Amino acid sequence: MKKVFKVLALVLALSMVVAFAACGGTSEETTASADETTTGEAAELDLSKIKIGFICLHDENSTYDKNFLDAAKEAKAALGLTDDQVVIVTNIAESAACYDTAADLAEDGCNIVFANSFGHEDFMIQAAKEYPEVQFCHATGTKAHTEGLKNYHNAFASIYEGRYLAGIAAGLKLNEMIADGKITAEQAKMGYVGAFTYAEVISGYTSFYLGAKSVCPSVTMDVQFTGSWYDEQAEKEAAVTLMNKDCVLISQHADSMGAPTACETAGVPNVSYNGSTIAACPNTFIVSSRINWAPYYEYIIKAVAKGEEIAVDWCGGIKEGSVVLTDVNEAAAAEGTQKAIDDAKAKFLDGTLKVFATDTFTKDGAAMESYMADVDTDAAYTADTEVIKDGYFSESEFRSAPYFDVRIDGITLLNEKF
Amino acid sequence: MKNNEIKHSEPLFHISKRADIVWWKAWLVRLGAIVLALFVSAVLTVVLTGENPLDVFSSLIKGAIGTNRRIWVLFQNTAMLLCVALAVTPAFKMKFWNIGAEGQALIGAMATAAVMIKLTDVLPPMLLIPTMLVASIAAGALWGLIPALFKAKWNTNETLFTLMMNYIAIQIVSYFSGEWAVPKGSGKIGIINGTNYEGWLPAIGGKNYLLNIIIVAVITIGMYVYLKYSKQGYEISVVGESQNTARYIGINVKKVIIRTMIISGALCGLAGFLLVAGTDHTVTRDTIAGRGFTAIMVSWLAKFNPLYMVLTSLLIVFMERGAIQISTSCGLNNSFSEIITGIIIFFIIGCEFFLNYQIKFREKEGK
Repeated sequence: MKKVFKVLALVLALSMVVAFAACGGTSEETTASADETTTGEAAELDLSKIKIGFICLHDENSTYDKNFLDAAKEAKAALGLTDDQVVIVTNIAESAACYDTAADLAEDGCNIVFANSFGHEDFMIQAAKEYPEVQFCHATGTKAHTEGLKNYHNAFASIYEGRYLAGIAAGLKLNEMIADGKITAEQAKMGYVGAFTYAEVISGYTSFYLGAKSVCPSVTMDVQFTGSWYDEQAEKEAAVTLMNKDCVLISQHADSMGAPTACETAGVPNVSYNGSTIAACPNTFIVSSRINWAPYYEYIIKAVAKGEEIAVDWCGGIKEGSVVLTDVNEAAAAEGTQKAIDDAKAKFLDGTLKVFATDTFTKDGAAMESYMADVDTDAAYTADTEVIKDGYFSESEFRSAPYFDVRIDGITLLNEKF
Repeated sequence: MKNNEIKHSEPLFHISKRADIVWWKAWLVRLGAIVLALFVSAVLTVVLTGENPLDVFSSLIKGAIGTNRRIWVLFQNTAMLLCVALAVTPAFKMKFWNIGAEGQALIGAMATAAVMIKLTDVLPPMLLIPTMLVASIAAGALWGLIPALFKAKWNTNETLFTLMMNYIAIQIVSYFSGEWAVPKGSGKIGIINGTNYEGWLPAIGGKNYLLNIIIVAVITIGMYVYLKYSKQGYEISVVGESQNTARYIGINVKKVIIRTMIISGALCGLAGFLLVAGTDHTVTRDTIAGRGFTAIMVSWLAKFNPLYMVLTSLLIVFMERGAIQISTSCGLNNSFSEIITGIIIFFIIGCEFFLNYQIKFREKEGK
């Protein structure tokens, strides 16, 4: 028994020594980045009072969250914020944990708190009511315009334009396959792995489809839903299901690497989302659209620094740099893809191209002339706003989050249950 | 060579069961284990991340109790974990391996949410919360009763059965998340009654979580008394020690199994109620957040003593809360703080070995 204590005592003493030694060794590192000069436009603005907190559902292992985290770092560098001014909290569930974290950040001195997941919204609103002097900004939410809080804001991007551009790349790839005699024009069928039958997903796959259709008129598409925003196995299985149904090209709106890796394994071309997957899929990755959140971050930080109000709904586009496409992977893409994308992008910028122009698609065989969308979120899903005007479905104009939920012709939903 | 006796070769040390250990020695060993665990974590921190371990530890403490709010959150989360741990304890004490607490609590949460969604407009406001409470307890009890019935009637394997019941509960929640989603298709129910706060547990003295904490405190004492002083508690211990003995002294084992699992499930259901009505005001697949499994560890670490469980659940939640802060302030991935939590729990469990056994070193030869 005594020996056990002797050993214990020895270990105790040793642990103290090591702990203190380590303390002396690394303490100077932390102060290094404190006084860095700000650059460019930000230099005129006093950003020293800014402290922004980011709440993320997962961490960088999720492509969705990584996209937000990268943007936070980008904005931090662009504005010259210090480590102390940017607080990132990851793995916060869509539960009271989100409220606790948001309130904690507010008490910690943050004047902006941002949350990235749809299910965070109600908890952000709860915190916003409690801390009226702090700005709460939420990506993908739908309630800011009806909630009427001065300090609660929604943001999104017109990612449907990005999807459309990515769809062009997909359509050109199909054309290449047809030209090479690999498939006939009738066999040009794409597959799409979706999360839920939610407007954001429907808007995304429809614009992707329309982009492909603009260059490959015979294209059709099957959509398989997983019932989860992040389920690697389910996404992989959905991609395989689609391939077994003779889909010759796959795209996805779900956040894991499930679909892209399944495509790489099977050698089926993939149009990705949230960022480039070229590292894991060098032979099949064509291009990816993604939302760059850095412009929004810079916008809200500057607005708070200037004492200006943040827009209730903010929807960034190609012009703002919010909607971006990755580099085209020449190894997998069809020839001329980059040029076709650039041409369409120019038309978006000068306003001559509309993704949901009503003469480019039909619903039940007829062109749409009127559509009431559920823009103001309520449990009864009341269709409350006329969204077709001037010959197009005006996506993201009445609120930032998408509300295009029309099932158009040419797209088959394999499992509507989710 | 001269010595031709067969030499009895004694190993360097051997292990023998300890008869008893003085309480202060026991606590000293436990303290030693924690210090040792911190030491190992510190070494690992330096080797793997190059961070200063003292920074890491101080973030851990700050994250758990750095502000008033964090202390409240710490107690709230402890109360919730403790509630589930108390729920599984009678079953485990009976050696009924109920690993279905996650599902039992989740189905309780689902029942609570369902009542809030469907009956808010139907019931008089006075009756809403009692109905939610009854529904959650009934749902949890049912989720506990089903495997118990099968165990009692057909001696099915309760571990697999309760585990499978978890998935059924999760899928039920998934189904209704789609069915009752707001907005349409989002797969999220969202906060229920967010405008009129009906069915929300009241905030006592302006403290959101106080009521939950008080309720769990009462349950803790109740469970302690029940297990230690009631006849039923005694029956649970006997069935757990030996079913044959129990039968011999006239205990109806099947009845005890079924009754205990109803209690276990009902308490889990209550935990689900507290999570939905008291804190989250919504239900998702992740509402229970793994507490159903962590609770088993809490219960075992405390050797099924409800009062010790307060400490063990506090320890685990303290580590979890601190872990979030570590990843935030040191820029380390959450997985790293989970490694540290794992190390500390490993040492705490490991030190129980030294409390139950002692190591005897070989006596010096030629004494």
